[in-house]
Amino acid sequence: MEMFDAAIKQYDAAIEAIKLFFQNIDWLEIGLATNDTLLMLGGSLLFTVLLGLPLGVLLFLCSPRQLLENRVLYAILSVMVNILRSLPFIILLIVMIPFTVLITGTSLGVAGAIPPLVVGATPFFARLVETALREVDRGIIEATQSMGATTRQIIINALLPEARPGIFAAITVTAITLVSYTAMAGVVGAGGLGDLAIRFGYQRFQTDVMIVTVVLLLILVQVLQMVGDRLVVHFSRK
Amino acid sequence: MIEFQNVHKTYRVAGKDIPALHPTSLTIENGQVFGLIGHSGAGKSTLLRLINRLEDSSGGKIIVDGEEVTALDANGLRRFRQQVGMIFQHFNLLASKTVADNVALPLTLAGELSGSDIDKRVAELLARVGLSDHAKKYPAQLSGGQKQRVGIARALATKPKILLCDEATSALDPQTTASVLQLLAEINRELKLTIVLITHEMDVIRRVCDQVAVMDAGVIVEQGSVADVFLHPQHPTTKRFVQESEQIDESEQRDDFAHVPGRIVRLTFQGEATYAPLLGTVARETGVDYSILAGRIDRIKDIPYGQLTLAVTGGDMEAAFARFTAADVYMEVLR
Repeated sequence: MEMFDAAIKQYDAAIEAIKLFFQNIDWLEIGLATNDTLLMLGGSLLFTVLLGLPLGVLLFLCSPRQLLENRVLYAILSVMVNILRSLPFIILLIVMIPFTVLITGTSLGVAGAIPPLVVGATPFFARLVETALREVDRGIIEATQSMGATTRQIIINALLPEARPGIFAAITVTAITLVSYTAMAGVVGAGGLGDLAIRFGYQRFQTDVMIVTVVLLLILVQVLQMVGDRLVVHFSRK
Repeated sequence: MIEFQNVHKTYRVAGKDIPALHPTSLTIENGQVFGLIGHSGAGKSTLLRLINRLEDSSGGKIIVDGEEVTALDANGLRRFRQQVGMIFQHFNLLASKTVADNVALPLTLAGELSGSDIDKRVAELLARVGLSDHAKKYPAQLSGGQKQRVGIARALATKPKILLCDEATSALDPQTTASVLQLLAEINRELKLTIVLITHEMDVIRRVCDQVAVMDAGVIVEQGSVADVFLHPQHPTTKRFVQESEQIDESEQRDDFAHVPGRIVRLTFQGEATYAPLLGTVARETGVDYSILAGRIDRIKDIPYGQLTLAVTGGDMEAAFARFTAADVYMEVLR
């Protein structure tokens, strides 16, 4: 009986210690921040794919020795993409503020974070799409051409379906990049888990907040990678 | 009828003009199986791609059944391409689509048939190439020969009048090659389809073609019926191809026969003459003796032929030669 009491005491002490360690955690706040991160990720990923996919297709088509080879257009697009990609995201966030206010009405919160996230990730995603399309065997394009397909039909019926595994891999990589971008978006008051980690975990030395947010981000990245890998395997018929 | 009138093609590589096809005129009759043979870089692939304008010519006219292909606009070209099927060395099937969807693709693109009509046509095509059981599979699950059969079914989907074959059997093993060639011959016979095929194997030409053109360095160096070109090659390139397929080395053979006494002649039989007991009859009647030094009896498409190299000694040799020449046999005196 005494042994049993001692065990209970030890157990209570352990619980107390854990409670003490996590004393700064406001689970409601964590929940809201997680929600913000997911909203930013979902919104920005959606627009990144909507804008980046056509841009990537265009980059591919007008690159040398492709269907719509156009050296001038390719050079212009390429330079634009490279400029946006070489800009550190933190700078982009600040430079974008007037533009963000123009389209969303605010530079704060989830809505204020999405435009810079999209502008930051779209060129990156477009390049990945271009690479994925380049992986499609030239013979496939030739075969589709020989059937009398229009350029549009070649893209929709042959190129995109054949590049689908590569495009899903590109979306996965982009989504994970966006997770780390959302963490930086805290700088402009975007909220989210990263913001929480910086303001509480880092600036107020609340290690417990830091650990919880980092673990949540880790889980998010892990889940994204797993889902992405599944999709890639599912659509690879090789 | 496919007509080339002074068609040529030049590529511009690093500021230099590289001729791939020198001005060429050529006529391919409807319903023929026309073979183009040449080593890689001979220009045969360019010539083939000029027909459906996967490559544009640098000059000259290509006319198919009265329609000037080289003058078609984008829309006209698309319509024309739907009448020209094409199969490829590496099959070029879409890995992301099932066999049935691959075969349906040209029909979907043409947009003229309803969904159920497409399904019916696809089933018909797969039955023709013997792949009805594989409709739901993906290309990666098929063997090379099966993939090429899918390629053939796909090429036939829009009921084309011409089928272009780009090294269609070069990636296949000998047995599969034979069965794919058989299928092509069958299609040519039953659908009255004109087939233009390119290859670097004389054996492919021998088995299915009616006419052959031999290409070397962007020029057609020899052209004619397969039997003529195959049995009596004139140009060095043609001779090399024939020797490669027969696996004979002429100079080696000459050395081997050096010590053989008597005259050496080569007799070429074609058609029914192949089966006639000519040698025995002539030997008996003229008193000559003969020994067979080398020989081959085979078929060119459906026509049997024999080619024998004989050493002839004794008897009335001139009378024997006269008998050979008089019979339905082509005789060359080698020594």
